Amino acid sequence: MTANVFRAERIGKSYPGVRANDEVSFAVAAGEIHALLGENGAGKSTLVKMIYGLVRPDDGRMWLGDALYAPTDPRAARQSGVAMVFQHFSLFDALTVAENIALGMENPPPRRELAARITQVSHDFGLPLNPGRRIVTLSAGERQRVEIIRCLLQNPRLLIMDEPTSVLTPQEAELLFATLRKLAAKGTAILYISHKLEEIRAHCDRATILRHGRVVDSCDPRAHSARELAAMMVGGEMRAIDRSGRQAGEVLLKVQGLSQPAPSAEGTALKEVALTLRAGEILGIGGVAGNGQEELLAALSGEVRSTPGTVLLDGRDLSTEGPEPRRIAGLLAAPEDRLGHAAVPDFSLAENTLLTAGARKGLVRGGLIDHGGARAYAEAVIRDFDVRTPGPGAAARALSGGNLQKFVIGREVMQDPRVLVVNQPTWGVDAGAAAAVRQSLLDLARKGAGIIVISQDLDELLELSDRFCALNEGRLSNPLSTKGLTLDSIGLMLGGAHGMEEARA
Amino acid sequence: MIDPLSVFLLLLSASTPILFAALGELVAERAGVLNLGVEGMMITGALAGFAAAYASGNPFLGFAAAALAGALISFLFVVLTQVFLANQVASGLALTLFGLGLAAMFGKPFEGVKAPPMPAGPLDINWIVWLGLAMVPAVWWFLNRSRPGLILRGVGENHDAAHALGYGVRATRMAAIAFGGAMAGVGGAFISIATVLQWTEGMTAGAGWIALAIVVFSRWTAPGVLAGAWLFGGVTVLQLRLQAAGVQVPVQLLSMAPYLATILVLVLISARQKFSRRGGGAAPGSLGLNFHALR
Repeated sequence: MTANVFRAERIGKSYPGVRANDEVSFAVAAGEIHALLGENGAGKSTLVKMIYGLVRPDDGRMWLGDALYAPTDPRAARQSGVAMVFQHFSLFDALTVAENIALGMENPPPRRELAARITQVSHDFGLPLNPGRRIVTLSAGERQRVEIIRCLLQNPRLLIMDEPTSVLTPQEAELLFATLRKLAAKGTAILYISHKLEEIRAHCDRATILRHGRVVDSCDPRAHSARELAAMMVGGEMRAIDRSGRQAGEVLLKVQGLSQPAPSAEGTALKEVALTLRAGEILGIGGVAGNGQEELLAALSGEVRSTPGTVLLDGRDLSTEGPEPRRIAGLLAAPEDRLGHAAVPDFSLAENTLLTAGARKGLVRGGLIDHGGARAYAEAVIRDFDVRTPGPGAAARALSGGNLQKFVIGREVMQDPRVLVVNQPTWGVDAGAAAAVRQSLLDLARKGAGIIVISQDLDELLELSDRFCALNEGRLSNPLSTKGLTLDSIGLMLGGAHGMEEARA
Repeated sequence: MIDPLSVFLLLLSASTPILFAALGELVAERAGVLNLGVEGMMITGALAGFAAAYASGNPFLGFAAAALAGALISFLFVVLTQVFLANQVASGLALTLFGLGLAAMFGKPFEGVKAPPMPAGPLDINWIVWLGLAMVPAVWWFLNRSRPGLILRGVGENHDAAHALGYGVRATRMAAIAFGGAMAGVGGAFISIATVLQWTEGMTAGAGWIALAIVVFSRWTAPGVLAGAWLFGGVTVLQLRLQAAGVQVPVQLLSMAPYLATILVLVLISARQKFSRRGGGAAPGSLGLNFHALR
């Protein structure tokens, strides 16, 4: 065993009302890829923020090498040799690659030299980057390269990666792990945060598991199954998803020849999208973000109207109808953006039910709001979907992401739709809540509804859907049965993703 | 007949107040701050500069006082938006109203007196005009080539990311607002000390608003600000010449011309979609948004 690069000893951090970290001790050795595992809210983010100097621990000590380590801000952390790749990219869209990298370095070399070094280092690691390009023009995978190269140029001793693969295709993720292994071989210690268990099992040397802010276990992830790791994370057995008892029935929704121009300069045009959805069926639509997911949802929900004859529910043409007539007909949708699109942040949960359930649940009569009914419906959603909140009077913005997601999905599911379209139903939701949301979708399908799940989480799509198609630059591929599909073959279906050459090599 | 060279020299002078104010606002907006108080800071600078120049007999002392006064009154905006996180649009409008009223009140004793003469600089062009021209490449270099300028742009583009990388969002913005105030102050003082040579209430006459429009028109670049200021200044001089030449066009239409021309060009540019993020011509990503660090 080589020497520890980083060591934390009994560090703790409290926020008002929450003990985010409590007596957390662990160590990362040189050349090791060390996983930090835990549900959302387990304290992973607070912990890495303390290591990166964004937050100061209340108690405990940290060592970097043999020296005591107490960074006052991220710049001090960088100077000590700690670098971090953020979950939500810390990039500046309008600036160039080189400018972004310079901002992440303490003492960047002059512009020309920096550009040359970016080109060289990025080629050495098989992550080619053009230093003069603006971030907005890059794909998610390329953006992450920028973050990684920014770290590599500083020759870090400890590299922290916060859920780096959540936006990547499987091939891009492979490329990332190849890079990490090269780095580890040079002696860099890597702290890897994720809740994707398979990924951690495949690539990490050691795992420290956090629950409610405490270290509950430490293990070699290769020696355990994903199920065992999940059990350690949530502190109990995970309930297995029940997919039984579904029968594909008659055709409910038919989409044909659906083409839409891009709604904005950054949007994607839909090109000749066609699909058929039967009763009791779940159709999964995968693809890297920005390939038309939001546009497809908007065209199905009625936010954007299309040419007549393109969207048919039970044979009835809804193409030119807005969202409300479509809801009345039974076509419901839950968009990706919970706060602002699916729910009004400053409205109470009861008021938020009115947004989509007004007509189907009879909450608006003769132009007047039935406040008692809205409250009762919100209470029913809260109860049936285990939404953790003080009550229907709470503002939507006061809920955590996972709880609001359960509420938003519950609001649609409990209206008994004929067809439900959801985009990223479990994005940023912890494992327990995600399982509940998925189960509710399966239960709905069992009752005879047709469901379209648009997601970037391929494991989720494989788990839920009967058929799968890929959305790529606004084009929808032909659906394939998910039986016998592997992650690899799906990755290739998503094709056209950037950086594939390296991944295949 | 209209002599092009003399028109150009007048243009330089007519565009200088707007050039200063717009360069200052450009830096503030690049840091993500939308300060609609430019007009109020200009009029404050116009009065403070005039008063200091009159009292000391030294016009350059007047400009220094104007810069100081502009920066000081912008501190009001700093306190409102950076400390109390008030809405930037409302705070900016309040700053304009406050500045106009304040200057009107303290300006009473200076009505009817004359400013000290200003020594001419090289080529018989005012020193402050030269300074304004020099500020264009200086601001460009600062924003695009210097490290503090890069940090400032980072703060304006994505304040959360800048904070995560350990840069002081609030401190950067405070400095940018103060710079904007100082520049607006000098711009205002140029009107009272070097152009009109006396103090009258409301003498900036909307120049601050035009400066704000020009920052957008420039697509947030220093050379673009110069082009916008020259366009406005040029049409101003031209319409004055036309009026003097007794052209048979209603005076009201001619007086309107500089404002109309500026708006027209603004519309034409935006219609051609030059403001896309891909092209780098878009507004800073965090423009007008308040930053609150979650600790």
